[in-house]
Amino acid sequence: MLNVSNLNVFYDAIHALKDVSFRVEQGEIVTLIGANGAGKTSTLHTISGLIRAKAGEIHFMDQPIHGMEAHKIMQMGLVQVPEGRRIFSQMTVLENLDMGAYARKDRANLPEEMDRVFQSFPRLKERRKQLAGTLSGGEQQMLAMGRAMMSRPKLLMLDEPSMGLSPILVQEIFSIIREVSKQGVTILLVEQNARMALSIADRAYVMETGSIVLEGSAKELLGNEEVKKAYLGS
Amino acid sequence: MQVFFQNLVGGLQMGSIYALIALGYTMVYGIVKLINFAHGDIMMVGGYAVYWFTTTALYEQMAVVNPALAIVLSVVFSIVFCMLLGVLMDKIAYTPLRNAPRISALITAIGISMALQISAQLIFGSSQLPFPQVIPKIKLEALTIGRKPMFLQEVLTFVISIALMILLQLFVKKTRAGKAMRAVSEDHAAARLMGINVNNTITMTFAIGCALAAVGAVFYAQKVIYIKPLLGSMPGLKAFVAAVLGGIGIIPGAVLGGFIIGIAETFMKYYASDYVDALVFGILILVLLFKPSGLLGKNTREKV
Repeated sequence: MLNVSNLNVFYDAIHALKDVSFRVEQGEIVTLIGANGAGKTSTLHTISGLIRAKAGEIHFMDQPIHGMEAHKIMQMGLVQVPEGRRIFSQMTVLENLDMGAYARKDRANLPEEMDRVFQSFPRLKERRKQLAGTLSGGEQQMLAMGRAMMSRPKLLMLDEPSMGLSPILVQEIFSIIREVSKQGVTILLVEQNARMALSIADRAYVMETGSIVLEGSAKELLGNEEVKKAYLGS
Repeated sequence: MQVFFQNLVGGLQMGSIYALIALGYTMVYGIVKLINFAHGDIMMVGGYAVYWFTTTALYEQMAVVNPALAIVLSVVFSIVFCMLLGVLMDKIAYTPLRNAPRISALITAIGISMALQISAQLIFGSSQLPFPQVIPKIKLEALTIGRKPMFLQEVLTFVISIALMILLQLFVKKTRAGKAMRAVSEDHAAARLMGINVNNTITMTFAIGCALAAVGAVFYAQKVIYIKPLLGSMPGLKAFVAAVLGGIGIIPGAVLGGFIIGIAETFMKYYASDYVDALVFGILILVLLFKPSGLLGKNTREKV
């Protein structure tokens, strides 16, 4: 479904991504794990079209998308929930959800979609008239995910959804990710919390200083000694 | 008391004009963090566009049949012309600078400002031209304060401006495009991830600001009854002060600031007309010293 091959990205002289290649198949949960600064967010930003790659190709549903503008890529159904939520804090919860559906042509279906999002995130319904900036961190993460769901994504890319959340909320967010996956949405999950990510993923890639150094099924990697030492803390 | 009310009426009229122009400054700043110093000159172009349209053969023919419609059409022409100019200005000059340092765009704005002034001079000459009577000089006897009745022009300026501001507020709050505008002004990258075409949204913002400036131009030129190539520079600067006073980037702030500047200026003109400009720019200095975020702004630290 998503095919990334030999991606090379530079920030001025810094070689941020070095020949990054990976793929995500329809219906999978694939996770990209690695330490801070390994290039995970850069990878997602490049796929989303926020950053341009110097070399390499990205194909989504057999179409080349490298070189496409960010809003067009999103409109194809390749949607990102960015790191740090990036909700519109001066807008209400409802308006944020509206923005998620901005690109949808079938506007008659939106109330139904909104109901579905409220079913997954009942807390958002309670707070729908509130300014998004007044929500707690967990609620903001839910809003960011609900907002992305409003667009009916085909592939959802989540960047550090567990960041800054309490263990209970992390559990909640991850069970929602699993639920979204069951609804047929393919998922690419970027996480520093490797244990949680590997526990729900089908396959995983490990990134280190801009390169993919390891790949395999999530089960394999959970048992891999190097991964255990470096990312699982045991 | 009568003097007070007369000044108040005049102040509200000037305030409406400043508010209309200040809205353009503040909306553009809100969305691209650029002080578009060419905005006052867009207003000047709006004045000339009305003037030019009234010199065409089409206008003269129409004026025979239906003078009111002809004059309305000249204003509509000016609004459309200014919007197109705004779109062109953004696409040619500012879009390529979207990721450039802010100072580059600011310098470009000054360049566009000069280009517009000089173009007007080349086409229409540097001397003042009489501005056509867009709003008939009618005294509204029913609206008499003390012994002086209000003029239609004063009332229309205020009423139409307020109506436009309400429309703008509804647009920004309720419509899909307006919400996209707010989303872009908060976070460009996040807006792009929502599938919003950020560049087009910014261009639309320029177009709306320029349309409001064109309306402001008609009211302003009608008040001073002439146009000249530098017509926009002083009201443009004062509207900028108004936008800063209200809190730059905040739409209701521009309206509030516009009315404060307009009223303060009109009273000052009555009591000490030499100090009008000093007063307005004095206000700017005071705002920058004591509340740089403006009356409606929240105090946020910004890295320079």
